Amino acid sequence: MKNILEVKNLKVSFHTYAGEVQAVRGVSFELKKGEVLAIVGESGCGKSVTSQTIMRLIPSPPSFIKEGSILFDEKVDLLQLTPKEMELIRGSEIGMIFQDPMTSLNPTMTIGKQITEGLVKHQGLSKDKAQKQAIELLSLVGIPRPETRIKQYPHEFSGGMRQRVMIAISLACRPKLLIADEPTTALDVTIQAQIIDLLKDLQEKIGSSIIIITHNLGVVADIAQRVVVMYAGKIVEQGTVDDIFYRAQHPYTRGLLHSILRLDDEKGELVPIEGMPPDLLAPPTGCAFAARCQHTMNICLKEDPQPQLIQDEHNTACWLLDKRMRAGIS
Amino acid sequence: MQEITDNLFTPVPKQLNEQEKITRPSITYGQDAWRRLKRNKFAMAGFYFLIAITLLAIIGPYLQKNGYDVQHLTARNEMPNGSYWFGTDEFGRDLWVRLWWGTRISLFIGIMAALMDLFVGVLYGGISAYYGGKIDDIMQRFIEVVYSIPYLLITVLLIVMMGSGIWTIVFAYGITGWISMARLVRGQILSLKEQEYVLAATSLGASPWRIITKHLIPNALSFIIIQITFTIPQAIFTEAFLSFLGLGVKVPLASLGMLLSDGVGSMRVYPWRLLFPALVFSLMMVSFNLLGDGLRDALDPKFRK
Amino acid sequence: MSDPILEVCNLKKYFHVTNGVLKAVDNVNLFIRRGETFGLVGESGCGKSTLGRTIMRLYNATEGEVLFNGENVHQLKGSKLKQFNRDMQMVFQDPYASLNPRMTVGDIIAEGIDIHRLYSGVKRRERVSELLQTVGLPEEHASRFPHEFSGGQRQRIGIARALAIKPQFIVADEPVSALDVSVQAQVINLFKCLQKENGLTYLFISHDLAMVKHIADRVGVMYLGAMTEVANSSDLYLKPLHPYTVALLSAIPIPDPEVERKRERIILEGDVPSPINPPAGCRFFARCPKAMPECQVNTPLWIEVEKEHYVACHLYK
Repeated sequence: MKNILEVKNLKVSFHTYAGEVQAVRGVSFELKKGEVLAIVGESGCGKSVTSQTIMRLIPSPPSFIKEGSILFDEKVDLLQLTPKEMELIRGSEIGMIFQDPMTSLNPTMTIGKQITEGLVKHQGLSKDKAQKQAIELLSLVGIPRPETRIKQYPHEFSGGMRQRVMIAISLACRPKLLIADEPTTALDVTIQAQIIDLLKDLQEKIGSSIIIITHNLGVVADIAQRVVVMYAGKIVEQGTVDDIFYRAQHPYTRGLLHSILRLDDEKGELVPIEGMPPDLLAPPTGCAFAARCQHTMNICLKEDPQPQLIQDEHNTACWLLDKRMRAGIS
Repeated sequence: MQEITDNLFTPVPKQLNEQEKITRPSITYGQDAWRRLKRNKFAMAGFYFLIAITLLAIIGPYLQKNGYDVQHLTARNEMPNGSYWFGTDEFGRDLWVRLWWGTRISLFIGIMAALMDLFVGVLYGGISAYYGGKIDDIMQRFIEVVYSIPYLLITVLLIVMMGSGIWTIVFAYGITGWISMARLVRGQILSLKEQEYVLAATSLGASPWRIITKHLIPNALSFIIIQITFTIPQAIFTEAFLSFLGLGVKVPLASLGMLLSDGVGSMRVYPWRLLFPALVFSLMMVSFNLLGDGLRDALDPKFRK
Repeated sequence: MSDPILEVCNLKKYFHVTNGVLKAVDNVNLFIRRGETFGLVGESGCGKSTLGRTIMRLYNATEGEVLFNGENVHQLKGSKLKQFNRDMQMVFQDPYASLNPRMTVGDIIAEGIDIHRLYSGVKRRERVSELLQTVGLPEEHASRFPHEFSGGQRQRIGIARALAIKPQFIVADEPVSALDVSVQAQVINLFKCLQKENGLTYLFISHDLAMVKHIADRVGVMYLGAMTEVANSSDLYLKPLHPYTVALLSAIPIPDPEVERKRERIILEGDVPSPINPPAGCRFFARCPKAMPECQVNTPLWIEVEKEHYVACHLYK
């Protein structure tokens, strides 16, 4: 199985007036061709910084990449490309959908222009051909009467419609990789369901690989095949969606699953994770989750755990899974 | 890297309430703004310069024995020398003393303008914005009418009625000068009014007065301060302009404007008579503006973190 | 069965905007019993926040009445109004906008105490410490400023503020929507705990149905300014009657891959329409999978179909 993306030991920090904030502290994962991978975590865990670094969208300064490589399509390291080279890849080979549909479309350009822009630039299509394709794309994403709507401006569309337009723009050049950063967080529940359905549908039709970033585990269960769980700038657990939901090993993942509500649940107890994530200005030595974990050991405060393989593709970075623990010591 | 031994795999007991601790020291909004301002070299230069000028305005005249209006007819139009540090004018008056007196007057006018901005402008704008609706409409229309009357016209009328002098100028400013502040504060408060903490205070039963003074104005304070740092130089400039035209303070009192006016007249022959007032005046204007810009950046809450 | 502490009768709240009339709340009826938690759900534009604020007197009512302990809240004056301010309090949605950034936490919490002049000096300080502890924050935090706290902590400060003057009724307007998922649980547990200890009644407004199901005894569903269904928490989820409620429940993703794989979803077509100049008839007509010709013409009546289960839908007569 080909890997469309291989992220190795990515470390990204920000220069702030108070010092260096280590937003991403050594993240490694792979995305197979045609797969949907979800990156889950709460605010401040580094998931958005990771995805925006893949697209090289974060201005540098104040950000800087300390270490790591991002291998795209087994051919090129995205971190080594010049801005011009990256421009050629953005939009044509990697597409991105942003969170807020209200602000991610240019209010002064018609929808048609925003879609055809990419087509003309990356695929060299003539204006007419690009226009035709734009109309096809709009109907592909479920916008009725696309021939009329193509001449309209963003403010004439509702939130859900705008998100569909964004999806159309991002898919215009049939990119190999699509990154969706919290694509449904700002939308109503019924619209969210429409958009997730649409993404699933399109993924089958076009065959793009998708990275979806979200904090909503329901959405993850619906659309993802593999999951990466992030906390305080690191990956604490990754595996297939069944691994994570049914066989979670990391205390944070388990804590997260116990603290969320399910619609089909009987009135059970909500078990929150007490405390807050650490300040990444001065990340603690040892495991970042140690302060909030119920199973902290001395080693957790001193050394940062490395990913331990549990089974197949399921691994977790936790001292509880170390071979010494599994051998039954203490 | 420490060696990982088996005995490290023992559990650590949990301390409750550890998680709610805040490790960073408490820092007020003011302290944070000051720290950010300090990093802006230009703003700090302006700030120190203004302090220096104020100090000189206070003690400068006492460093020389001469009064600002004492005429030394034997020492007329002298260049800067040992006994007259900035030289003398055509009446033999000590220019060092006159310059700092002039600065005193300018600063006085600036401070009076700032006070009026604060007491009249802020309250007017605040009340207008808080009540909104018809009250706001009426108050705004009133401002527009007053604003449309040319400032010079009012000043000249007042001079005719009250005679020229420092209080006339202050009074003239008092009629129109606070309007920009009122408008600014109104704009700020219109948007602050919708903040949830204002709604919370309303639902707790807070009176309008309490809301305006405890919630709205303190949060508009940063804009008020910035506006004042631009109002003061404006007032000073206006006075200088009036004095330049001969409508300003009464002779023999010196204001910066009058000194500039005197200096321009004899610019080619006795350049120092223009040089010193012009230097002090320009540097004062620039300093206020640099400080104002620096404050705007330092007080903007978006720039934190 | 305890008596109703709050009754809303034919309440309307209209706003006049540039292109017409925004009917934010259109003829809503509900009652809330003493000591219970009533959940109010709906998507954006349905009017739930406006309803909460009109009940709180932050907005005037265009028509209809809100009766709190039998008295019409919009006609209260003087000392009765002051008493109302103490009896009904609100917790707001945005933890970053609901605390005055220029006041210390202690002053924020004590604002109600200061306004109603309940205590001063040492007693005031003690009460603030007590409140901080109740919401799980160390008492040293009273001298700090809001910007030093996380979202979850700020929300707890907001709750402490609401509790300070010992209210009977709390309107919680999306109190956890802006918080991280694991922190939401902390705050929800706090709400439940406080209700038990203080005998509070809650109007809990949210768009998160799973959350509301967990915390509410009875739930009301709003759509475009109208109340479409009200039922006991478990009845609403097990036997939803209104087609909108059915679609809403179906749209919520469940964090369980097996369940998601097997699910039959009802995906509603179209967008949530605007509440400005709404059409006649049932508000849900345009998107309803079970729409009939009558629905476009007549507004459905509010009917009690089963015990304590109300619907406004032409499918039920």
